[in-house]
Amino acid sequence: MSIFVNRDTRLVVQGITGREGQFHARQCILYGTRVVAGVTPGKGGQQMDAVPVFNTVREAVQEAGANCSMIFVPPAFAADAIFEAVDAGVELVVAITDGIPVMDMMRVKACLRSSPVRLIGPNCPGIITPGEAKVGIMPGPIHKPGGPIGVISRSGTLTYEVVYQLTLKGIGQTTCIGIGGDPVVGTGMIDCLAAFEKDPDTKGVVMVGEIGGKAEEEAARFIKAHMTKPVVSLIAGLTAPPGRRMGHAGAIIDGAGGTAQAKIEALKAGGVHVCEDLGSFGEFCANVFV
Amino acid sequence: MKIHEYQAKELFKKFNIPVPNGAVAFSPAEAGAVAREIGALPVVIKAQIHAGGRGKGGGVKLAGSVAEAGKLAGDIIGMNLVTHQTGPEGRQVQKVLVEQGLAIEKELYLSIIPDRSTARIVVMASEAGGMDIETVAAKTPEKIIRVGIDPLVGIQPHHCRQVAYGLKFSPAAVKQFVPMLSALYQLFVEHDCSLVEINPLVLTRDETLIALDAKINFDDNALFRHKDVAAYRDLDEEDPLEVEASRFNLNYIKMDGNVGNMVNGAGLAMATMDIIKQAGAEPANFLDVGGGASAEMVANGFRIILSDKNVRAILINIFGGILRCDVLSTGVVEAAKKIGIKVPVVVRMEGTNVEEGRRILAESGLNLISAKDLKDAAKKISEVVRA
Repeated sequence: MSIFVNRDTRLVVQGITGREGQFHARQCILYGTRVVAGVTPGKGGQQMDAVPVFNTVREAVQEAGANCSMIFVPPAFAADAIFEAVDAGVELVVAITDGIPVMDMMRVKACLRSSPVRLIGPNCPGIITPGEAKVGIMPGPIHKPGGPIGVISRSGTLTYEVVYQLTLKGIGQTTCIGIGGDPVVGTGMIDCLAAFEKDPDTKGVVMVGEIGGKAEEEAARFIKAHMTKPVVSLIAGLTAPPGRRMGHAGAIIDGAGGTAQAKIEALKAGGVHVCEDLGSFGEFCANVFV
Repeated sequence: MKIHEYQAKELFKKFNIPVPNGAVAFSPAEAGAVAREIGALPVVIKAQIHAGGRGKGGGVKLAGSVAEAGKLAGDIIGMNLVTHQTGPEGRQVQKVLVEQGLAIEKELYLSIIPDRSTARIVVMASEAGGMDIETVAAKTPEKIIRVGIDPLVGIQPHHCRQVAYGLKFSPAAVKQFVPMLSALYQLFVEHDCSLVEINPLVLTRDETLIALDAKINFDDNALFRHKDVAAYRDLDEEDPLEVEASRFNLNYIKMDGNVGNMVNGAGLAMATMDIIKQAGAEPANFLDVGGGASAEMVANGFRIILSDKNVRAILINIFGGILRCDVLSTGVVEAAKKIGIKVPVVVRMEGTNVEEGRRILAESGLNLISAKDLKDAAKKISEVVRA
């Protein structure tokens, strides 16, 4: 099993005719994802390789049966693209775009409160169930299908590093989700933890966090109260200076807190196995997940 | 993005949020002219830097005459102001805000920030104004009024009343406060702010509410749709290397250490800085070259790292996903040939075209130490730094 995406996922790529959209749509197809449609307003009727391009997400859903959308639309128009996908009735929206204004995402999230649609991201590498479906920009070959570990991360390439070390130790992944580096994201750590706890094929979880906000602290409380499966965590940014945005819009230590040290302490208090040496992450996991 | 107090007050004025009479001055003569225009004494001379704690640091002074206003401005302009927020090196003061002094009855705290977990815009207020709000939040959290506003609904008068009555305002003050808070919220939303803070919001002896200080931070992601705000940027307040890096669209933050680093991805970059520290050295910077970095961009990043005289070694950690290792290597070799790399460079690469990338480095004739994984990279960095 897995969570959120699997071999039944039928993907529409919004922004498919742009440079990033084309490149990554092709990579997803190569991986085996069922890419059923693309959307670029004004380019309806064209083809991107064998993929039909539509003007609207609604058409992609009605005519190509899309049930999931991946968004490669520039920041100025990305929130609108998310709203469009939600309105069109897809079940899952994965927003890759980095740089969406926070106020736009606040409105998106407020709107999604009363909707069954799930949003992952923005500013994320996407989600992959190895061997079944890749809805994102992560390199497929570093993943090992068949589980039993679920991976949740706020990062992109740091996730790949972690996944690669797991794979090298023979530890496969059920699903890997990049929830994104922005302060306001559609799916949080707790949402993923709850889903992994329910998934029969996931036997343990890896959680990659970083400075900024209180997501890891809140996750620690959830883990203590609700998780039976072991959780390993890594937190980036022990050396980050306060008050500076470290790349990700959400990675900032401010008056509300968010230091790596505080997160590590909270996670340990929640019964999480915290790895403090990224170089030995694979070995650490092998010891915890036996 | 941060702006100065005087710029924030300009924006406040546009939204009819009351501020003291005053104007910015870049010289003692200008300060004197402003003081004369204000026509009332005392006037306050306030250093304008992007950091708090200016009063305690000696950057805020009271002038009892127009002449004294000029003299004090002369003392403050050009001073190296050190506060608990500037770091020990302090900040050069280039201008002052000259303002009418107020007869202060009460000091309050008021701010608006986005709350990331609830996706609401939160108004925070407290009767403990003029103080460090973090201390108040830590010691007496019950003294802080918090009202969360749904961004789809917007601020309503009842939200403003809730805050006003929480602050124990008289009816006259409530009447001023409700439209003021509403206007502050509009300013926040219309300008894509990440923080609007009035600390202190002053109630004068004749029961007038005035914003004695003003702080506004803007969401960097939204600057593309606020050209007027982007014009407020003060390059003097930023590190020159960081300013140069931003010209090349490089995500670079200067730090104090001795090992420069270049990484693709912010999370991995932070983790790489942590690895450097664990290896017994200190990171000299944060640098995320991103996924779409061209050879030219990479060369520019390298040049900026090497402009930092403290750098004694460099760690390159690239996990190629979108970024191809051969593109990176081409950039490194180009940079090296242009400026000459004199420090040892440890390179750890993984991902797309990694063999091609290693080949390009190996055949370049440069002093590049290949690491096979992160553990090995950390070991090699610590060896290089100890040497």
